[in-house]
Amino acid sequence: MASIRRRKPVEPSNTSVQKEEEEDEEEEDHSKNEHRRKSDKKSKPKWSCVDNCCWMVITGPLPDSPGVKLRKEGLKAKHPVVFVPGIVTAGLELWEGHQCADGLFRKRLWGGTFGEVYKRPLCWVEHMSLDNETGLDPPGIRVRPVCGLVAADYFAPGYFVWAVLIANLARIGYEEKTMYMASYDWRLSFQNTEVRDQTLSRIKSNIELMVEANGGNKAVIIPHSMGVLYFLHFMKWVEAPAPMGAGGGPDWCAKHIKAVVNIGGPFLGVPKAVAGLFSAEARDIAVARAIAPGVLNNGFQTLQHMMRMSRTWDSTMSMIPKGGDTIWGDLDWSPEEGYSPMKRKQRNTDTQKASQDDPETEISQTKRANYGRIISFGRDVAEALSSDIERIDFRDAVKGQSVANTSCRDVWTEYHDMGYGGIKAVAEYKVYTAESMIDLLRFVAPKMMERGSAHFSYGIADYLDDPKYQHYKYWSNPLETKLPNAPEMEIFSLYGVGVPTERAYVYKLSPSAECTIPFQIDTSADEHDEDSCLKGGVYSVDGDETVPVLSSGFMCAKGWRGKTRFNPSGSRTYIREYAHSPPANFLEGRGTQSGAHVDIMGNFALIEDVMRVAAGATGEELGGDQVYSDIFKWSEKINLQL
Amino acid sequence: MASILRFRKLCYVEPVKFQFFQPQKFGKKEETVATEAKTALENCEKRNKRQPKERSCVNSCCCVIGYMCTTWWLLLVLFECLPAAFPGFQVPESPGTRLKREGLIALHPVVLVPGIVTGGLELWEGKPCAEGLFRKRLWGGSFTEVLKRPLCLLEHLALHNETGLDPPGIRLRAVPGLVAADYFAPGYFVWAVLIENLAKIGYEGKNMHMAAYDWRLSFQNTEIRDQTLSRLKSQIELMYVTNGYKKVVVVPHSMGVIYFLHFLKWVETPPPMGGGGGPGWCSKHIKSIMNIGPVFLGVPKAVSNLFSAEAKDMASIRAMDPGVLDSEILRLQALEHVMRVTRTWDSIASLLPKGGETVWGNLDWSPEEGYACDLSKKRYLQASAGDKDTNGSDVKMDFHVKESNKYGRIISFGKETLQLPSSQLPTIDTKEFLGTRTNRNTNSSCGGEVWTEYDEMCRETIRKIAENKPYTARTALDLLRFVAPKMMQRVDSHLSYGIADNLDDPKYTRYKHWSNPLETKLPDAPDIEIYCSYGVGIPTERSYVYKLSPNDRCRSIPFRIDSSVDGDEDSCLSGGVHLTDGDETVPVISAGFMCAKGWRGRTRFNPSGIATFIREYRHKPPASLLEGRGLESGAHVDIMGNFALIEDVLRVAAGATGAEIGGDRVHSDIFRMSDRIDLRL
Repeated sequence: MASIRRRKPVEPSNTSVQKEEEEDEEEEDHSKNEHRRKSDKKSKPKWSCVDNCCWMVITGPLPDSPGVKLRKEGLKAKHPVVFVPGIVTAGLELWEGHQCADGLFRKRLWGGTFGEVYKRPLCWVEHMSLDNETGLDPPGIRVRPVCGLVAADYFAPGYFVWAVLIANLARIGYEEKTMYMASYDWRLSFQNTEVRDQTLSRIKSNIELMVEANGGNKAVIIPHSMGVLYFLHFMKWVEAPAPMGAGGGPDWCAKHIKAVVNIGGPFLGVPKAVAGLFSAEARDIAVARAIAPGVLNNGFQTLQHMMRMSRTWDSTMSMIPKGGDTIWGDLDWSPEEGYSPMKRKQRNTDTQKASQDDPETEISQTKRANYGRIISFGRDVAEALSSDIERIDFRDAVKGQSVANTSCRDVWTEYHDMGYGGIKAVAEYKVYTAESMIDLLRFVAPKMMERGSAHFSYGIADYLDDPKYQHYKYWSNPLETKLPNAPEMEIFSLYGVGVPTERAYVYKLSPSAECTIPFQIDTSADEHDEDSCLKGGVYSVDGDETVPVLSSGFMCAKGWRGKTRFNPSGSRTYIREYAHSPPANFLEGRGTQSGAHVDIMGNFALIEDVMRVAAGATGEELGGDQVYSDIFKWSEKINLQL
Repeated sequence: MASILRFRKLCYVEPVKFQFFQPQKFGKKEETVATEAKTALENCEKRNKRQPKERSCVNSCCCVIGYMCTTWWLLLVLFECLPAAFPGFQVPESPGTRLKREGLIALHPVVLVPGIVTGGLELWEGKPCAEGLFRKRLWGGSFTEVLKRPLCLLEHLALHNETGLDPPGIRLRAVPGLVAADYFAPGYFVWAVLIENLAKIGYEGKNMHMAAYDWRLSFQNTEIRDQTLSRLKSQIELMYVTNGYKKVVVVPHSMGVIYFLHFLKWVETPPPMGGGGGPGWCSKHIKSIMNIGPVFLGVPKAVSNLFSAEAKDMASIRAMDPGVLDSEILRLQALEHVMRVTRTWDSIASLLPKGGETVWGNLDWSPEEGYACDLSKKRYLQASAGDKDTNGSDVKMDFHVKESNKYGRIISFGKETLQLPSSQLPTIDTKEFLGTRTNRNTNSSCGGEVWTEYDEMCRETIRKIAENKPYTARTALDLLRFVAPKMMQRVDSHLSYGIADNLDDPKYTRYKHWSNPLETKLPDAPDIEIYCSYGVGIPTERSYVYKLSPNDRCRSIPFRIDSSVDGDEDSCLSGGVHLTDGDETVPVISAGFMCAKGWRGRTRFNPSGIATFIREYRHKPPASLLEGRGLESGAHVDIMGNFALIEDVLRVAAGATGAEIGGDRVHSDIFRMSDRIDLRL
């Protein structure tokens, strides 16, 4: 994606150079020219040179891949592999649409070139939105996930997601019959994918088929990003009795799954999802902005359009931080406190062992960032002591009369129902932690959260055997479900570290009140001190650019480690971290050692691990845990009954 | 993407140096450049000139890129300028839209089974020459990569000569999903129109499945290598359950028809040979089978194809990319190359005529005799008004006037052979060939590149084959066994072409008989409906006149269709090929016989009395160029865009029975032809 944008500035300089070239040689006679051209054609080596160039341009040089290496070692395809793509990265295609989408039948609306987005942005937004009440298709529109490996191998031309992994697996003998892309409509809530498309049944049937057709070798599941939660939901669904579940029986997972290799899993949600829902400003949603700047820059309502669209997607709510203050910290405390980006860098370079003793002293020196305050209004509030903050509860605030005038009507966000009073009340509460933030979202977007709370839950279960936890809304929350009874199943958590990741935000009221989203990130809040984590109104912490380490690592580091109440059968868990190192030069593309959320799919070390597991290795054989971050220390600080 | 950029950068960094050398010259001329194209062109020439040796590579590359960009841009402009719709031409409303208004909605899940050649194949592992083509389509799609490396393509398309499976180091797999066969090449639809119409009444990914398979393999091998049959079984079961226990409607096309026939037997057979679905599987899961352009009894074209690589079906390669076959490397041996590759494909052999002389006619007799080609048009015109009786008398009159075509002689050498009555023909015993075969040393001057089994035959044997002998459907098989023993040996273990005397004979439980409708029973499922839908009214290859190829060059195919042989105007003989009624590929007798007679009512091939329906669609060429491939075409592949056929499929998918869509719909003489076939039922 980045490369597409970078292309533009190059071109103008091209033409100018060409002009100069042309001008200074104009006098030269043509006959000579022609002669030379003829001779060019005749001579063979020149043509082969052109050929080479063409091939270079079309294919690009291929680096040595782990697939080749492991093949030489003698690894062979053994366990069938199932990919579960994450949010945003999988393609969606049109099956039925309104007049304005004529001729787009079975063309990708999401993923691919996004050509249509440029041509008819409003039409596109209309088709990508879901019904506001049900969270399913709006009448007359059917947008469905693309099937097969093509669904998520490339997100856009040249921007790989799964393609590198697929290519490497193919080297050791994988092919269509042993690889399955469990693509689903990532806009829907998880249970709705089954209600509308029977996607979960489809995955179940395919896993059963592949296990049977491959001589009983159990499947290795590789979910990425939101796919991690989706598969968590699947594991509960498949063993739950019909009609809510599939009725696969209590040992389905034990029989069919060898390992779940989670890549960049937001087990406990991501703070970014909050900012996305609150003001459509987080980077994840902003992907669309990066792809199609045209859409978002024509007219002043683009953000609102994006917000209206993304708020109809139930899936974004699956990533709201789970576990409340216990996990994410309260006003004064957070598990990550004491983290400083500088320190991390040093430690990464000199020793790989996370030193457990020195941080105590450093805390006093560096200024503490209150990560627990996920949203604070004003920078001073973010840094003040909790006792100094005056808060006025917003929950009972009367929402004022709608200020929305008629000109705003086509862009509907629930902010128009709030009125000035409501907005003010929100701002006056000043600081929101993970728990109160859910109340905040309920306040500013009641309809959306009502829809969402039927499908997702964000708490921590006190007593897991309570029959209420059999409801599907708890299935994707690892803190409110037990893992299936499968002692031999292994759970891996693979993620990148070393990239600053959004963790908490400083907000302000937006100056123009009409027709806009009333809150925005205060980008002027910046710490000039290099040590600080505050940049552009965002506090960042260690992670893979999207998911903080805490969210992707905690369950495997503590929540599920050993026999706990969340993991009654004692399935083994492993943490594999990959330190981010940016591509050395432009030629490397997105890097073979990247730790970023999506780019990690091209990380050679990760690919090698995945392939070894697919070829039969256990977690012990891989080398057990591989840790660069402070995840164990932070998990220790979290006081969760196990 | 990244690599292009990188390359551009490379190209344009170097010329910057010139600015330093000649800065004063820029100011002189400030003429603006007319188009980007011109710039690129001249720029290219200039550069070539200045530093012919070192720069030429980079420069020419830049030029190529420049050209490409400009052309692309121009095309884009042109495309945008085109009016949205041509005035005066209105596309008639598609059946999907109309039926949706009638209130039809998706009811039964639909399974599409593509035929030979039309499904895409993609590369999973290849030789170095195919570098960079990983998961790209080698077959189907744009064929652009292929044009560049034709030999590489042929090498990858070929299967192993002994096993009929992958050659070592090469894995070519079927493209899965609806994209596998919706378009064969850009703009050349196969299933796309049908899919679009189905979608209009509510179908989508969850209730529509494309059962793509590797069409080069023999049917059982698709299961052995890819588990394709298991996959299909599991998909049908899944769709049955997730769509509220509605049985599926299966729509196979062309070779997919016999593939699905194979599946029907496979699924009920106990493992390890079969799928172990039990005897009630079909009746539980399948509502109806709508065969489109079925090749139940094979096609004569397959014989000529295997014999001399000349039939039209294979010629689709030639039609699709003439470049491959006309390119310099292949210029001399194109046909031989094609032959070598196609002979490794077991599936082609599955299309050989089945039923021998009983069905296809012997030296003197054939079920179609009396069919008049040029009259056919007239008769069709009358057919709508008149009924069958007048038709019958019509034909009887023709009988006396015209000499009958000897369709039964599928291959004859020389025109004279064709006209001789059988009593004057030299009788031959094909068995004797097999004895006389000698393994002569091949001419070493020919190199080892193109290997067809003809190389091993000596000239005398070839002459002997050709000595004025006609071959019928039965002896043609022996002929093939003789000229291509290895291929037929492989094939004979997977396929069978006879007629069963006693269907309960245990030998018919072997899978080689499953795709031959004359050697299997239909499943015990009285509720299933079987449709034979096909086009009629197009002359279709039925038998061939051959000659020895004059060219004695080594390693050429020694036989050629004698295209100089032409009958008089009335006759169906043109260019060495006897034509009969059909859909351009499949003769009516092959497509319709099973539904018209073999399975009609309760017969030994259809013990449970499954209802059969014949739906014929008369060919009508597109009225104008704008109609594309026609909305009423009857041609083998183009029929997939025939609106009448699509409407039938949609109605059945939405729940209609055969009687409700109008029962039989017949334009040809299929019933009369079937009556003449003396087959015990």
